[in-house]
Amino acid sequence: MALLTKDKSVVVPGEELASGMDYLPTNGTYRDGDKIVAARLGLLHIEGRLLKIIPFSGKYLPKRGDVIIAKVEDITLNGWRCYINSAYSALLNLRDASSEFIAKGADLTRYFTFGDYIVAGITNVTSQNIVDLTLKAPGLKKLGEGRIMHIDPNKMPRVIGKAGSMVNMIKEATDCRISVGQNGIIWIQGSPNNELVAVKSIEKISAESHVPGLTERIKKFLDKELKK
Amino acid sequence: MNSSIREHILKALDAGIRFDGRKLDELRKVTVEKNVSKNAEGSARVLIGDTEILAGVKTAVEQPYPDSPEEGNLMVNAELLPLSNSRFEPGPPSEEAIEVARIIDRGIREANTIDRNKLCLTPKEEVWSVMIDVLTINAHGNLIDASAFASIVALLNAKLPKREDGVVNYSELTKESIPLSKNIPITVTVYKIGKHLIVDPLPEEEDVADARLTAAVLEDGSVVAMQKGGEQPITADEILAMASLAQTKSKELRKLL
Repeated sequence: MALLTKDKSVVVPGEELASGMDYLPTNGTYRDGDKIVAARLGLLHIEGRLLKIIPFSGKYLPKRGDVIIAKVEDITLNGWRCYINSAYSALLNLRDASSEFIAKGADLTRYFTFGDYIVAGITNVTSQNIVDLTLKAPGLKKLGEGRIMHIDPNKMPRVIGKAGSMVNMIKEATDCRISVGQNGIIWIQGSPNNELVAVKSIEKISAESHVPGLTERIKKFLDKELKK
Repeated sequence: MNSSIREHILKALDAGIRFDGRKLDELRKVTVEKNVSKNAEGSARVLIGDTEILAGVKTAVEQPYPDSPEEGNLMVNAELLPLSNSRFEPGPPSEEAIEVARIIDRGIREANTIDRNKLCLTPKEEVWSVMIDVLTINAHGNLIDASAFASIVALLNAKLPKREDGVVNYSELTKESIPLSKNIPITVTVYKIGKHLIVDPLPEEEDVADARLTAAVLEDGSVVAMQKGGEQPITADEILAMASLAQTKSKELRKLL
């Protein structure tokens, strides 16, 4: 009938978090008899009666509504198969790819070809982990010339910041165009030197995501790096 | 590979800067650790940036090949471990792994680094075999140079095991090194992207490179072995430029031996 750990504590898989039916298991936890047990290594968050674990690291798990950056890996009869930095690949269907009419038998490489990166939304994830993508929403598009970097998808919320504050700060300071996908892929375009500063600051965020006062430190870091 | 990433890399190269902020002909930080393995006769761990390579030298008494009855054998094997990069698969060695091993082998063989006559115990019957094994712990660009360098470091630090009454006792090493000449090859690969020549590439740069030329360079600057790779051709002038860049860079690496 009680909580066995504190809020915001580090928990390990198998650790018993609560007993009794007063609490409910959500992300990263499961119920075993009358106990709730941790399934991931991470920080425990208690929201009312809900127990949730924010994992420290891990692969990306596709979720409906996520905006991600995907790489075109294959062209099929009815669309494009994309790599999404996950164990599962995603499918961009012809009818979700463009507002343009794509005729039957058209050369699909004219739209997206192998190795192209796109910002796409996830419309559906089935129980078998078949992932469907769309490009029919504002802001979803094919990405042009730029560089790609990968970070741990679990650190993505810190890179983006509250309402995009962190990434906007980097964008403004470095004058780079930056697209972040919730799957841990980031696209950056700018002048070579400034791009490097952006990459370094994102790496710094991802390395120090758990240390308080991150925004201030990144601000100082950007100032220092850009003065060089 | 994606042409827009290639364009982007080219633009940065035009400005004289690489993706990680290096100059075109700048190497990443190279770290060398000697004799890291307990069981090998000689071994080395080499890190070039995030690329990490383990090389080990083992010896055995074997029959010589019929065409070289008084010379010891040299065998080089490279394994690109699946854990070191998602591109690598388990199973029989890939084309890339075989190429890495052959480039290392050719450099050592053509430089006559190992005095193979001295490895002969009884002509036609017994010679020492020297086996170099290269393992990739982390593959983040420039595998060839890192592997070749690790192999040379391992070879330089290897000691022959004790041999009594025809039986080799591997648990006891003698103070005797593998007989080496003064020709120690340092292998440097120069990549060509557009009109630019770069050394020590990142994976992104390897993916978009037009061509590459590997040269094994001796201390006096002479080139003893070469290997060309990549889809595009290179001109005679480019070969000279690439070889001379390899010569300069080999001096930097040689200091770390």
